[in-house]
Amino acid sequence: MEITFNGKPRRLPKSISIQELLDQLQLDCRQVVVEHNRSIVSHQRLAETPLNHGDTLEVIHFVGGG
Amino acid sequence: MDELIIAGRSFTSRLMVGTGKFASNAAMVAAMEGSGSEIVTVALRRVDIDNPQDSLLRQIDPTRYLLLPNTSGARNAEEAIRLARLARAAGCEPWVKLEVTPDPYYLLPDPIETLKAAEVLVREGFIVLPYINADPVLAKHLQEAGTATVMPLGAPIGTNKGLRTRDNIAIIIEQAIVPVVVDAGLGAPSHAAEAMEMGADAVLVNTALAVARNPGAMAVAFRKGVEAGREAYLAGLGKQQDKAEASSPLTGFLREK
Repeated sequence: MEITFNGKPRRLPKSISIQELLDQLQLDCRQVVVEHNRSIVSHQRLAETPLNHGDTLEVIHFVGGG
Repeated sequence: MDELIIAGRSFTSRLMVGTGKFASNAAMVAAMEGSGSEIVTVALRRVDIDNPQDSLLRQIDPTRYLLLPNTSGARNAEEAIRLARLARAAGCEPWVKLEVTPDPYYLLPDPIETLKAAEVLVREGFIVLPYINADPVLAKHLQEAGTATVMPLGAPIGTNKGLRTRDNIAIIIEQAIVPVVVDAGLGAPSHAAEAMEMGADAVLVNTALAVARNPGAMAVAFRKGVEAGREAYLAGLGKQQDKAEASSPLTGFLREK
């Protein structure tokens, strides 16, 4: 299946949770905020939210800015 | 210095700093420390999984600094609101520096979209600090909408040109019922001092620190500029006039009959 991850297509071998994807990518969930199909997913719900074919995921973090 | 109060919260420092454009995290931290700031701005962007970076948040002690997320990159109200909600979901306090800049060349803020976003965010419980052009009428509308400050620009972002909007900022200050924070374009400590002498409540500086040869030392210079300007404002500046008026007595010795 394929999702759109931060604007780019990304293949996933099977349906996994958002938390599992973050773990695979070695992203610390406490340092990021996640939007799944334009809805914000709280940190507590990352593990229970599955990714499906065609989903859009945005993983955002803080960077320097004025 | 006397306290700065924004939305009921008091601050000792009247200098806010941005965290963008620094050559290194060490330079950014040096600038934050030198500035004496208690409020630092940050931006939100996509994680780049091909180029993993150390988290910015690891560099900023949340007990010392209030993190003020901005909505930079937003081109309309909807995008700004989305960014503000993401920042809050990331665990920030509900403070947001609202900026909507559709024009990529001058990065001038869109007044209509900024007002629209401010109205929504205030309703959602955000403490909204809107970045605006130095437009006194817009500043009034935003204050009526319930923003915690107004942040008029001195000059376009990153230009280091100083207070090019001085006369309009003076009107905003005269009419303000919330703190006025001069943001953007301040390139030298004298610019910051000038804004504070006029009665601005605070200033926000980023580029001038980030591009300095020594950001930490420049931040100290800005802190002194802000303090000097505030103290001069409180002490009461003399009026300007056209004719000279001698400081020394003109009578009492030479040419006296």
